[in-house]
Amino acid sequence: DLSFNVDHGYLEGLVRGLKAGILTRSDYHNLAQCDTLEDMKLHLQSTDYGSLLTAGNEDLTVSLLDNRLKGTILTEFRCLRAHSLPPLSTFLDYITYSYMIDNVVLLITGALKHRDVEELLPRCHPLGTFDQMAAVGIARTHAELYSAILVDTPLAPFFQDAVSEANLDEMGAEIMRNKLYKAYLEAFYAFCWERGGATRDIMCPILEFEADRRSFIITVNSFGTDLSGGDRRALYPSCGRLYPEGLQLLARAEDHEQVKAVAEYYPDYKLIFSDTEDGSSRTLEDRFFEQEVHLNTLAFLDQFHLGVFYSYIKLKEQEARNIVWIAECVTQRQKSKIDNYIPIF
Amino acid sequence: MYLLILQFSDKFFYSSTACTVLSRTLMHPTHADNYENVSIIFILHWWCFSGICYTIFDLGFRFDVAWFLTETSPFMWANLGIGLAISLSVVGAAWGIYITGSSIIGGGVKAPRIKTKNLVSIIFCEAVAIYGIIMAIVISNMAENFSGTTPETIGARNYQAGYSMFGAGLTVGFSNLFCGICVGIVGSGAALADAQNGSLFVKILIVEIFGSAIGLFGVIVAILQTSKVKMGD
Repeated sequence: DLSFNVDHGYLEGLVRGLKAGILTRSDYHNLAQCDTLEDMKLHLQSTDYGSLLTAGNEDLTVSLLDNRLKGTILTEFRCLRAHSLPPLSTFLDYITYSYMIDNVVLLITGALKHRDVEELLPRCHPLGTFDQMAAVGIARTHAELYSAILVDTPLAPFFQDAVSEANLDEMGAEIMRNKLYKAYLEAFYAFCWERGGATRDIMCPILEFEADRRSFIITVNSFGTDLSGGDRRALYPSCGRLYPEGLQLLARAEDHEQVKAVAEYYPDYKLIFSDTEDGSSRTLEDRFFEQEVHLNTLAFLDQFHLGVFYSYIKLKEQEARNIVWIAECVTQRQKSKIDNYIPIF
Repeated sequence: MYLLILQFSDKFFYSSTACTVLSRTLMHPTHADNYENVSIIFILHWWCFSGICYTIFDLGFRFDVAWFLTETSPFMWANLGIGLAISLSVVGAAWGIYITGSSIIGGGVKAPRIKTKNLVSIIFCEAVAIYGIIMAIVISNMAENFSGTTPETIGARNYQAGYSMFGAGLTVGFSNLFCGICVGIVGSGAALADAQNGSLFVKILIVEIFGSAIGLFGVIVAILQTSKVKMGD
């Protein structure tokens, strides 16, 4: 686009510079060779992370590593968000809404288990904070939650389907999470579609894949619970490639084989669901992550679009998951599974 | 009575054109879409209406292109050409510079080594503005006084001079505008690629050189257009 750089040129350059610091296969190889967390700290110092672990004098544990990694993502995101102008600022806000939804559900389930709000707040995802978070635990029904607390937050428009008079229980919180996420994903998809151009071409496939992945995961997770097909159908996001025929078939699926049969109709998902020949222990979740990483790396091949920001955040999160996985394997001396990370570049 | 309607329709037509242009430039693009569509449909209808009225009432002679071309002074065309030469070139250069400059600044945060090398892209964009000002000076030096007031006394050569200068200004202005934008977009890509991999810069520079050649073509053609210009008595 000809006027993209007026508002977003600096930030795009900045994000691409940050993307250059994402760990490569050789970095992961070096990290996997480490025997202790101290070695890993040494290796991480030579990457873009620099003094991530050397600052401060707390004990070097995997949870410290995890917190510090999340802290870097948070700082970078906040920096980008602070410098951004519309429509990039709305785009970045859309990225935070998914974390807000997770935080809301976390607080509600915590309140149901009578946990203290102070204890739950640090466990919330920092990217998804909003003002009235502490008050979320007080609500007892969906309608109360909405009208008292969430109507002022950015999540208000996603509540159209999720409001019901039923009391909030464990199952209800999960259903609410999926309904909110469905509305959020569809709104995000519409936003990206409306931007047009390269943003649409990059972001819409990513969001379609996300929608389909949610549909598959919801179906697979609902086997054995009392979530019927009709209820499931209300939770499937409709902005994916499975809509509408695939979603109808999924709603009727009763076991894993039938889900696999549905995936047969779509070449990408057929690959994901197919059994591997070498018998590597990749779970379904891992395969979905791999496909997500692949779609996100495509965003950097095009210039003057907003997709780079979304892809950067998601790839950084995947990198954090990779490093934590390697750290866990190293500390527990389970070197056999250490190669189950997903290399990005 | 009919003349009154037509005079009124003319004023309305110009004001509605102005409305559309203003609404497009001043408003945020998404908000202006509705206004723009309504105004464009309105204007098209007024054009059709005016054209039909002129034809029906046998007033087509009022839409007189020949009168317009001979009654307007060649100086107007000459100065419009000079103005367009410099202003469109500057718009192109500015567009290119901001596209490249913002990418260099962004990319230079994590890769400071690109800062000095990529100023070459900015220089290519700036050259476009220099072409514009050179042509503006060359064209303006050709404007001489002539002592004629009617189309016959002004003479064909003066009219030709005016139109040539206008054409040359348009040529160099538009070609520099697009050249500036082109070099800007390529320069932005060059900066970001250089930040990732230092060996790419020289290769993308070749693309930029080809891009800036098109501005030069515009200057050459403009020089040719004004080579036969001779204003005066």
